[in-house]
Amino acid sequence: MPAVLEIEGLRKTYKSRRRGTRNALDGFDMRVDAGQVHGFLGPNGSGKTTTLRTLLGLIRPDGGRMTLLGHEVPDALPTVAGQVGAIVESPQFFPHFSARDTLSLLAGAGEVPQARVDEVLELVGLRDRAGERVKTYSLGMKQRLAVASALLKNPKLLILDEPANGLDPGGIREMRTLMRTLAESGMTVLLSSHILGEIQLICDSVTIISLGRRVAFGPVDEVLAQHSSGAVRVRLEAVSDLPAATDALTRAGIRVTGHPDHLMLADVDKPASVTRLLAEHNLYVSELAPIAVDLESVFLELTATAPVPGQHRQVDESMKVGGTGQPGTTGGGWGA
Amino acid sequence: MSLFRTELRRLTKRRFTRYMTLLGLLVLAVVVVGVFFTNQKIGADQLAKAERQAEQDYRQQVVRTDQERASCEQAKKAGTATDGRYPDDCSMITPPPRESFEARWFLPSTFNFRETFDETLIPFAATLALVGFIVGASFVGAEWSTGGMMNLLLWRPKRLTVLLTKLAALLTGILAVTLPAAVLWFAGFWAVASFRGSTEKMTSGAWQSFALTGLRGVALVLVLTTIGFALASLGRHTAMALGGVVAVMVVFQFGLGILLEMANVKFAEAWLLPTYALAWMTKTVTLQNWDSCNATYFGSCEPETMDITWQQSSVLFSIGVVVILGAALWAMRRRDIS
Repeated sequence: MPAVLEIEGLRKTYKSRRRGTRNALDGFDMRVDAGQVHGFLGPNGSGKTTTLRTLLGLIRPDGGRMTLLGHEVPDALPTVAGQVGAIVESPQFFPHFSARDTLSLLAGAGEVPQARVDEVLELVGLRDRAGERVKTYSLGMKQRLAVASALLKNPKLLILDEPANGLDPGGIREMRTLMRTLAESGMTVLLSSHILGEIQLICDSVTIISLGRRVAFGPVDEVLAQHSSGAVRVRLEAVSDLPAATDALTRAGIRVTGHPDHLMLADVDKPASVTRLLAEHNLYVSELAPIAVDLESVFLELTATAPVPGQHRQVDESMKVGGTGQPGTTGGGWGA
Repeated sequence: MSLFRTELRRLTKRRFTRYMTLLGLLVLAVVVVGVFFTNQKIGADQLAKAERQAEQDYRQQVVRTDQERASCEQAKKAGTATDGRYPDDCSMITPPPRESFEARWFLPSTFNFRETFDETLIPFAATLALVGFIVGASFVGAEWSTGGMMNLLLWRPKRLTVLLTKLAALLTGILAVTLPAAVLWFAGFWAVASFRGSTEKMTSGAWQSFALTGLRGVALVLVLTTIGFALASLGRHTAMALGGVVAVMVVFQFGLGILLEMANVKFAEAWLLPTYALAWMTKTVTLQNWDSCNATYFGSCEPETMDITWQQSSVLFSIGVVVILGAALWAMRRRDIS
């Protein structure tokens, strides 16, 4: 599949006399293939928005390469801007214009037919409120308007930064459906979000960033599999058999953690081998359940941002690739 | 071209633009109406009334002088001290001659188009320049502070083109208001002069002079509009331009004025911006140094003078526009947008 977005070794450094030097992006790599819904994840301050702003020409990078739809940016941005719809960070509009005026002015500036304005207003559910001033809108309605402004160009690549922010549950579901529909129509969607359950549901692939560097990327299933712990929960017919089972499994080289009514086994490649081993010792399994990992736990593990009781994690305290607990990566693409 | 049209549409759609323009035009209308009602046409009735008033004042003065002389003579006879109130010779107390009471002093105010109209172009230009400055600053400042500029740059990622197109649309809009307003201003004061004054002696040379002053007024409006726009773009907020102007007025005008006064600097006004704006409109402002004395052939003392010309003002304003707009363009090109 051809890539519609490629980033290689992107660097952005902020220098301040008071606060010294801070690498917002530290050799960041990313690849988004055509027709995919790609999730872009990272803790606060990890460099997500800086990446998107840099990609869209709002921030000048200090190094690295970027391409959008096969064109080097920022030089070719005027060429590709008409095919890239984007919202960056929270939706911001002139508060005294109506939604229709806002979109109409954008359409005028971008030479998009005015008929498209009503189409996107219908698409994001703002048709009946389009004549009201934006300052009367809730955050969710502004978010819908932002998505409408990004869709106005009927882009090939849609970049959305936290599009579900402020949406009600129905709105989140509508947004999810919209993303999928757009992807099915051939549009590539890059989605930055903190709602990891949504990302897992919507996205085909993900990139996880921490402290300005990529810590994981690839298809969602592969990233989850890569970071699966291989843990298995075992229950026996008789609780009294648990010590014997622990002894048998430990002797077979399996790490076992005992619990009052079950055992937790770690690093089990083939759960069937556990059944066989215990049966050989006349111990019969009533439940054998592989423990599935979700994107949230992978994210927290990779970025080291899981909350610790009694500690208050600061914004920049997260995982950097190459540090302790270096995670593996999956997938291919530039810089892989 | 579509961007230009869109920006022009954005400018006219903004309520602040509409209200400020309306307010400015209202102020100008009030000036015209005020001048209309405070002036009168001079006819035979007004002349006769003025003559009567002059005669009456003369007679009052004669009576007062007679009383004063009588008091003087009485004081002399009584030998009471007068503390220098009266002269030694009471006959020296005489009324002023009749011709000193000219009827024209008692004429009501009248609007002479040829003599007065060019002065009215100063408040005209000043009012619209203020409107242009504030609208210009708000037009781009609000775009920056509400994220509109960022949205626009996602559609048109050519920063300088976007900023200059916005400026072009703004100047077009201001010009579209200023030019008809100038025509109405001319027409309004022509009507005032026709009904409440005089339109006599209007030669083609006088018309040409007024037209040139009007053009310089329009140029001043455009210059201040550009400076307001550029300052707000530089600070990425409307308040930057408005705050900048307050700072310039307080620090560099009042503060500097007081400082120069205290230091007894010659021609202190030459350091103050309004002098140059006035010189731009009136062609020349002559500053006088009252501390100096240039003796004349007649033995009197004339102060030293210094002329500030409209050409000098044009150089100053050109440099100001180039520096401030240049800085705004440089910042637009170089600075990150976050």
